[in-house]
Amino acid sequence: MRLRWLTLRSVLQCAVICSVLTVRWPIASAQGQDRAPQYFQSDIQYGAQIFASQCTSCHGENGDLIPGVNFHAGQFKRVVSDNDLRLTITNGVPGTAMQPFTFGASELTGIVSYLRNMNRFSALGLMVGDPVRGRALFEGAGDCVTCHAVNGKGPHVAPDLGDIGALRTAELIHRTLLDPAASMLPANRPVRAVTVEGKVITGRRLNEDTYTVQLIDEQERLLSLSKANLREFTVLKTTPMPSYKDKFSSQELADLEAYLLSLRGVK
Amino acid sequence: MNHRLRASCLLLLLVSLIPCSLRAQVTAERLLHASDEPQNWLTYSGSYASQRYSALEQINGTNVKNLELKWVFQAQSLQKFETTPLVVDGIMYLTQSPNDVVALDAKSGRAFWVYHYSPSLAARPCCGIVNRGVAILGDSLFMATVDAHLVAIDAKNGHALWNVKLAEAAAGYAMTMAPLVVKDKVIVGVAGGEFGVRGFIAAFEARTGKEAWRFDTIPKPGEPGHESWRGGDWEHGSAAVWVTGSYDPDLNLTYWGTGNPGPDWNPEQRPGDNLYSDSAVALDPDTGKLKWYFQFTPGDPYDYDSVQVPVLANANWNGSPRKLMLWGNRNGFFYVLDRVTGKFLAGRPFVKVNWASGLDANGRPIITPQAPGVPTFPGIQGGTNWYSPSYSPRTGLFYLSTWENYATIFSGVNADYREGQRYTGGANTSPIPGADNPVGQRQGPVNTYTEALAHGAVVALSPETGKPAWKFEMHDVNTSGILTTASDLLFVGGREGYFQSLDARTGALLWKENLGGEIIAGPMTYQVDGKQYVSITSGNSLFAFALRE
Repeated sequence: MRLRWLTLRSVLQCAVICSVLTVRWPIASAQGQDRAPQYFQSDIQYGAQIFASQCTSCHGENGDLIPGVNFHAGQFKRVVSDNDLRLTITNGVPGTAMQPFTFGASELTGIVSYLRNMNRFSALGLMVGDPVRGRALFEGAGDCVTCHAVNGKGPHVAPDLGDIGALRTAELIHRTLLDPAASMLPANRPVRAVTVEGKVITGRRLNEDTYTVQLIDEQERLLSLSKANLREFTVLKTTPMPSYKDKFSSQELADLEAYLLSLRGVK
Repeated sequence: MNHRLRASCLLLLLVSLIPCSLRAQVTAERLLHASDEPQNWLTYSGSYASQRYSALEQINGTNVKNLELKWVFQAQSLQKFETTPLVVDGIMYLTQSPNDVVALDAKSGRAFWVYHYSPSLAARPCCGIVNRGVAILGDSLFMATVDAHLVAIDAKNGHALWNVKLAEAAAGYAMTMAPLVVKDKVIVGVAGGEFGVRGFIAAFEARTGKEAWRFDTIPKPGEPGHESWRGGDWEHGSAAVWVTGSYDPDLNLTYWGTGNPGPDWNPEQRPGDNLYSDSAVALDPDTGKLKWYFQFTPGDPYDYDSVQVPVLANANWNGSPRKLMLWGNRNGFFYVLDRVTGKFLAGRPFVKVNWASGLDANGRPIITPQAPGVPTFPGIQGGTNWYSPSYSPRTGLFYLSTWENYATIFSGVNADYREGQRYTGGANTSPIPGADNPVGQRQGPVNTYTEALAHGAVVALSPETGKPAWKFEMHDVNTSGILTTASDLLFVGGREGYFQSLDARTGALLWKENLGGEIIAGPMTYQVDGKQYVSITSGNSLFAFALRE
């Protein structure tokens, strides 16, 4: 039996791409923290969207309506670190109108990123996406529904994206749209198996152990294969998903991301 | 366009040519004829008739001694493991506490996916955070949760499709049963009989989760049956429903058993028959309208839930073919009903009973309440309980797990209703002062006491006479469901942890294996690639057996 696994070359390729992205995108802001955190444009954009819908009624569009608090100027009453900011948002401030919010991890990342970069939001040329337009792109020009389902509606060859907004940060979604292969998580890698009889099986790996592998194949069948019956098994480094880097404008990408971030699973 | 993008587009094009699904879905038609594909186990009880009988016969009386363990699935939970898995074309779907669904390869036990559901911390099921399994229709699985939600899950990837809330968990509503799919609807009932809920059975559109109908098991003022309650007692009268029902497609009726009236043990707080507690109800599955009911224990003071699986059988009755319903009730009587009309045909005790001297011509118990301090037979847990019985059309026998020679000294006390608090009204004691009465769950691996208080058995009852054809006795009480097969084998577990096979015609022990943990679920069987498997949970694990190669 000859098994081919993810090669060292592909690992290096992935590392190079990731490092390029990291250099290109992060925006540092070191307000009152030991180590400057990194904020990403997509998270800032997402945070702006949440801020507009959830926070402006009390804090105002510029975040300066509460005495002693001015997000635009980086002025807070109690908050020093980003973690303080997360805790304040999550727990609220007893005795004040600041109520606890039940945001998910990606939403919190977005809000914190936006609050820390509010003063430069316009200068960065960032834009807020429209999830309605994004859905139209998802189902139309993006052709995403060819492979992805949303809460069961659609094919199963790729992961269901019905809760992707709760699972991934805006930045991770952004990276995936630009460079799907480099951003693909190990859990989503396609596999190719050839049985000792020569039958070729391709699909998406769901589980694997020393002796067996479980996958969903392109006919959407759940299959469990014994490795002893395979003469070849490959975890692929490529993905059928195209890059949208040159296909969509920045605004369209923001719209698509806004739609994906709105998918938070069934409640 | 670079090479990579071109290749990606080509792959996309190829993928787009693949139909959405080439697999055979579990259609409503397949569910109707589930018995015709015995390699699968498509409903909680194996078929709509709920006989927990399989036409598989590869494992038989001669070779059953060659059964060997093929794989084990260990649940990530220390709760009671009450699930009956489904198997569909080689894929097993099971639940683990609190409300996870797991898809496994039925040959190897290796997982394809796990769906996690985190129920509300307000959930307060009376008797353990348990779940008994899922239902399937199309490519969707359906699970009832302990915080009284119904969730649809994509069978291919474990992704939630919809989630509807049925009732308030904080008020004591919960769900532990496997749902029943009939046509395009998912039918469930709610638990909460120890919290003064008002029970109901409800149906939901399988595709959307939209509620189609709701049948309240306690009629409100102005509805027939309400006269069986005094004043406002009905508002917290319970009649919960927590075990899966059955369905007769020819009659288009679905049958369900209802639980105790509340408070459980103080009937002075709710004088009257307390309809439709402790009853079998026959409903139109399209509308939820009540077609008929039969109440087993009117005004029940003993917590004799009629939450048993209704077993449907077509057999001769007094020489003529008849549509029967067979019911081994927690109150200690075995009943035969006409399932077309609900007419009582016969009834007879299958264990020692002293709360009633018998049943009248209409099946109503002739009650003989015991004096204060005198033990009542059967005790709180009943002569049987929710454990699935089995009926073999080959032997014509009804098989039931029982608690023999078992009693409780019942004592009702006043109970104040407070939402979400237990509302039971009892100060019951063991017949042996200082000795714990056997309860619903094994207390540990050491047992030196139950024989003085009760012991378990499997009884094979003749529906026509109500008398046992044979009895297989156990030392500890018996909490297991029962499976029979076309090779006249019977599989049953028990509280002691033994999984055993008996001759369904004689009750002779043919094979046993000590699995170590209490068995408190029903066995099931399936076949993959020509090999028959028998599966059962024990302790916190699920085991699959097949014949040695």
